[in-house]
Amino acid sequence: MSATKGLSSLTYKQLVEHHTPAQPILRNTARAFVVGGAICVLGQFVQVLFVRYAHFSVTDAGNPTVAVMVLLSVIATALGVYDRFAQWAGAGSAVPVTGFANTMAAAALEHKSEGWIVGIGGNMFKLAGPVVVYGVVSAFFVAVIHYIIIHL
Amino acid sequence: MPKLGNQTWRFESEPRVVTTGTIAGRIESEGPLGSWFDVKLDKNGMQSHSWEHDEQSLFNQSANLALQKSGISPKQVDLLIGGDLNAQLSGFYFGLRDLPTPSLGIYSACSSSTEALALAGLALDSGMAHYVLAGTSSHNSTAERQFRSPTEYGVQRPSTAQRTVTGAGMALLGKTGSNIALTTATIGRVVDYGVTNPWEFGAAMAPAAADTLTAHLQDTGHSLEDYDCIATGDLGHIGHKILRDLLSEQGLDPGGRLTDCGILIYRPDQPEVFSGGSGAACSTLVTFAYLLHQLQSGRWRRLLVAATGALLSTVAAQQGETIPSICHAVTFERKDASA
Repeated sequence: MSATKGLSSLTYKQLVEHHTPAQPILRNTARAFVVGGAICVLGQFVQVLFVRYAHFSVTDAGNPTVAVMVLLSVIATALGVYDRFAQWAGAGSAVPVTGFANTMAAAALEHKSEGWIVGIGGNMFKLAGPVVVYGVVSAFFVAVIHYIIIHL
Repeated sequence: MPKLGNQTWRFESEPRVVTTGTIAGRIESEGPLGSWFDVKLDKNGMQSHSWEHDEQSLFNQSANLALQKSGISPKQVDLLIGGDLNAQLSGFYFGLRDLPTPSLGIYSACSSSTEALALAGLALDSGMAHYVLAGTSSHNSTAERQFRSPTEYGVQRPSTAQRTVTGAGMALLGKTGSNIALTTATIGRVVDYGVTNPWEFGAAMAPAAADTLTAHLQDTGHSLEDYDCIATGDLGHIGHKILRDLLSEQGLDPGGRLTDCGILIYRPDQPEVFSGGSGAACSTLVTFAYLLHQLQSGRWRRLLVAATGALLSTVAAQQGETIPSICHAVTFERKDASA
């Protein structure tokens, strides 16, 4: 901390902010909206295909649709395209299923060189783990609230 | 007195840079300095079974390039000094393990390059070595894994981010052998201005660069005008602007002689380079391949390279720690034969 002479950390923060380009929030929001929506439209399209050509009910078509979306995301990740797409699309690419599949596929690819068990197996949920943990925890509390409302 | 002021070592025997070996990744080779590198990779993908192994191989190739150019055998080299960004310095130790040479691995993140050069100068000047190989490596994909997230993870990087350079460079230094001398080294202090965002390396490191540059000028009694070029390590476009402001607060105006290796290595319109280059190989590649040639060709007489390192650890970052930084500077001078 020897070099803090003449500058408090607050004024340094202001100096940094002065030279840091503003985040293009409007552009990022617009792209996230369009891309996130487009991924959902694609999912809807896949679901319609399952209903129309494979004669699934609308509810039953949900699971195979998710599987197709996950597969598409994993293929894009493996081809090295998904991260570039995400740089452009921002939060739009984090739309649950495809974003989640990307976190798992990316971690699996990254740790492939450490082997199947400790490498891929041990690290696959590195990024996706928190989503699973807090998804399950929040689902538990929602279920408790639901139970209380129904039974009291 | 070989020690000047508080932080600067003067190498009175004026050790020389005999040869350099540089090898650069594809994106770096496509950048504005592409034609200066000895070996340019034309492929982006993994060359072996892991990114780590790829980086080790880059390190090994750069050492062999420097040795081949000089005609010095590895057994004649007294000391290897180097580092990289991998845990346990696996790039350096694994990459150079087939050389029969005493080795010192060092770490100060992206300022490892000038730390290695400073120690090489010390070893040569003290007579502990006749030949020293010094250098660093970094690899975009190993650094991403070490410090950030998996390479294929879809996350949007802000414009303050920097791209870790893929490449390696080593210099063979000796008592004689060229007209480029390593004359001083200023050892940096750890400086922390409270930056916490790991995407803002430039802002974290600029105060360290300002601290070491002013210490260097004070210790040597030189002014900015005594240098034809002052190149910081990898502050990038944003950190460079911050450094200029920090220097001007102390009444220093470096003008056009102040540049940054992170700015020089990429064109701003290259994909995903953001604020510029970073990584332990950034300052090494730019200095060994490009800056030293400007001295050799006679364009410049005195060059100061101040490599900057953000001493980030992923654990410390997640624990909410600020990012301390360090900057070590070395001076190169052209010594004409008559002198």
